[in-house]
Amino acid sequence: MVRSLLSRILSLSVSLVVASMVIFLMLQAVPGDPAAFMLGLNAQPDTIAALRADLGLEGSLGQRYLTWVKGMLAGDFGQSYTYRVPVADLVVDRIGVSAPLAVYALILSVVLAVPIGLIAASRRGGAADWGMMGATQLGIAIPNFWFAMLLVLVFAVKLRWVSAGGFPGWSDPLAAIKALTLPAIALALPQASILARVLRSAVLDTLDQDYIRTARAKGLSQRATVVRHALRNAAIPVLTILGLQFSFLLAGAIIIENVFFLPGLGRLIFQGITQRDLIVVQSVTMLLVFAVICVTFLVELTYLLADPRLRRR
Amino acid sequence: MSQTDPIGNDGPPRQLAAPPLITVRKLSLAIHGAPILNEIDLAIQPGAVTALVGESGSGKSMTALALMGLLPGGSTTTGQALFDGSDLLTLSERAWLGLRGDDIAMIFQEPMTALNPVHTIGAQVAEPLRLCGIRRAEAARIARDRLDRVGLSHVPLDRYPHELSGGQRQRVCIAMAIARRPRLLIADEPTTALDVTTQAEILSLLRSLVDDEGMALLLITHDLGVVAGMADHVAVMERGCIVESDRTEALFRGHRHPYTAALLAASRPPPHTPRPPDGTAILEARDLRRTYGAVTAVDGVSFTLHRGESLGLVGESGCGKSTLTRALLGLEPLQGGSVTFDGTPGGQSMTRRQRARISVVFQDPYGSFNPRWTVRRIVQEPFHLTGKPRDADAQAARALTEVGLTTADLEKYPHEFSGGQRQRIAIARALITKPQVLVLDEAVSALDVRVRAQVLALLSELQDRLGLSYLFISHDLTVVRAICDRVLVMQGGRIVEQGAIDKVFEAPAAAYTRRLIDAAPRIPAEWLAARNTPAATG
Repeated sequence: MVRSLLSRILSLSVSLVVASMVIFLMLQAVPGDPAAFMLGLNAQPDTIAALRADLGLEGSLGQRYLTWVKGMLAGDFGQSYTYRVPVADLVVDRIGVSAPLAVYALILSVVLAVPIGLIAASRRGGAADWGMMGATQLGIAIPNFWFAMLLVLVFAVKLRWVSAGGFPGWSDPLAAIKALTLPAIALALPQASILARVLRSAVLDTLDQDYIRTARAKGLSQRATVVRHALRNAAIPVLTILGLQFSFLLAGAIIIENVFFLPGLGRLIFQGITQRDLIVVQSVTMLLVFAVICVTFLVELTYLLADPRLRRR
Repeated sequence: MSQTDPIGNDGPPRQLAAPPLITVRKLSLAIHGAPILNEIDLAIQPGAVTALVGESGSGKSMTALALMGLLPGGSTTTGQALFDGSDLLTLSERAWLGLRGDDIAMIFQEPMTALNPVHTIGAQVAEPLRLCGIRRAEAARIARDRLDRVGLSHVPLDRYPHELSGGQRQRVCIAMAIARRPRLLIADEPTTALDVTTQAEILSLLRSLVDDEGMALLLITHDLGVVAGMADHVAVMERGCIVESDRTEALFRGHRHPYTAALLAASRPPPHTPRPPDGTAILEARDLRRTYGAVTAVDGVSFTLHRGESLGLVGESGCGKSTLTRALLGLEPLQGGSVTFDGTPGGQSMTRRQRARISVVFQDPYGSFNPRWTVRRIVQEPFHLTGKPRDADAQAARALTEVGLTTADLEKYPHEFSGGQRQRIAIARALITKPQVLVLDEAVSALDVRVRAQVLALLSELQDRLGLSYLFISHDLTVVRAICDRVLVMQGGRIVEQGAIDKVFEAPAAAYTRRLIDAAPRIPAEWLAARNTPAATG
């Protein structure tokens, strides 16, 4: 088990290194001068030269890569060209919004999906199943920005329960959570719909298994059988989807962040691209890759907890 | 349906004096309107083994599920199943929760999948105890005690099912079922998936539970040998009816129904008369060796398969039969030794054309076809080895007629066929490239006895007509005896004995062979001697 964990860590580290190389090469080694690209068509040659020095674009490709990696390991992600502040500071601010938002949305998604999936599975073919699966179909089909605007119209404009957008910061945690609630709901709805459907089919698969019949023969009720015997066996596909969803929520919330004017990572990277701030784009992308790989590792750890058969390999 | 007395009043033996634990009267069952059971009468005695015998689809398992209150959705029942004065068929789910696992418990056929893979065996045996409010520590103590009782005293409670063998898992299932000392244990084909020696152990364990604890056992099986060795009373089921029922010995000696006679005949296929060996080798293995890390799966195996010969390969699961077979087919690399096929190097060095001349039929008639392919495509698939001939369709049609199916079957899909018919399709597929050697890997093990007899007759006929050589791998000695000229006995990766079939069966030289033969359930010869049973319908 320890060996299999170590080998997973090793392979994930390798993917991290490969990813860093790809990101670096894509943004640095593409034809043309990044500094000239960032400054636009009318830039003066001496401004470009100054920026080149600023960006650390002098030296060989290998040297520049090593400098970048070393910097990141030391917590130095470089200087944002547009904001003129260290990228690390920018990122820390934005993570303070994006990570809680992703976790919030994920929790909502699980809280919604688990009962829906379980009830639909245990009443397969019944009215509850049909209704819930229809609703999840709708949840997947509705674009989340449209749903987000609907939420703003109802809860912010009409009912005035929350503000329509913006983020007050974490100095007042309650206000912060309140500000994140509508975006989290908008993000969670399609995720919960997908998760509920995956859970339903995973539980249905396990309900066909012989050990479910054994459990019923032991005297367990239908509900106890589902909860004690089916749920954990259905966990693997659900955990896989959860891992993918978290990675998506961390950076994929650009549209929702825009609708609610939230200063999140998605918006940061989006602004970085439009303003040609390649340093921000490069560092934030790397950070996201790192986060995705960490989440993947965590998901694999939970596989081991869920299924003892995997522990031996 | 012939109405015979369910209690067997031909002279009650010792246990049958007590009133029945369960009396089933005129139980009929329909699922979504389709009739499954038709006026079943059955009495289950305490402290005795009642066997329910019949082929797949006869309604044995549904009878058991009705007695467990676990019938599938859409079921409607009429009649009665009286237990302690109450009718099981009318119990509420709430009442059932108090009965299932407590008074009536059940074990199933497939021990590999009957246990939840994510819970320890200790937790699973303790679960029915925890359900009735026994504290965790006490439940664990009782679980330990039950596991000891079923012969698993050396296995810790914190083991997971995948760490145990099939026989051990079935013991865990039994421990779980007897955790609360039920008065009735229903065992649905409890040993069908197990090796003969393991089967003998499990059966003797079940018998001792009945004798020691006075429990009633309803044993569902298709194997009349098992019935003869185990049951006090037998009911024979055919298509949802109990056609005959009696005390075991009386039933074997004096059965009246033609279905019982057909079952009996088919379950004892006549021993094969060995043909004189041709003398020329078609497949030769010399000192084959295959290891997986520290495990030696095949350890210095040598044998020869002659032209037109049937060679049996018997042994228990894990003895290396499958690895050996795969190596012969070239599906598995070897670490030592050589395979010669028709004078040229065999195994992995076979060319596609050579591969076309050695075909295989697998055990599972359900899993070995792509369900979305027509029979035409399935049967023609091996042509990828030889290139598709112009008359591929005609050849496929001929192969199908050869195995007793019709040309019209070419356009059908696998789900439209029964298990026996599917195995015929598998044989047609194996024959299409005109092979010289057919490897039959447990090819009749999943079939009902009567279908098995038909497929065996077909194989024998094909061999005579086409001059095929068979390598017949089976754990079932009766079947090997019925078709093979010679036999190899394999244990722990080695061939421990080989020789002419009658010699090995009548005077086994190796202790292991003797053990296998002794463990195989059989019907006492004197029970059958008095009668001439009609031949199996072929």
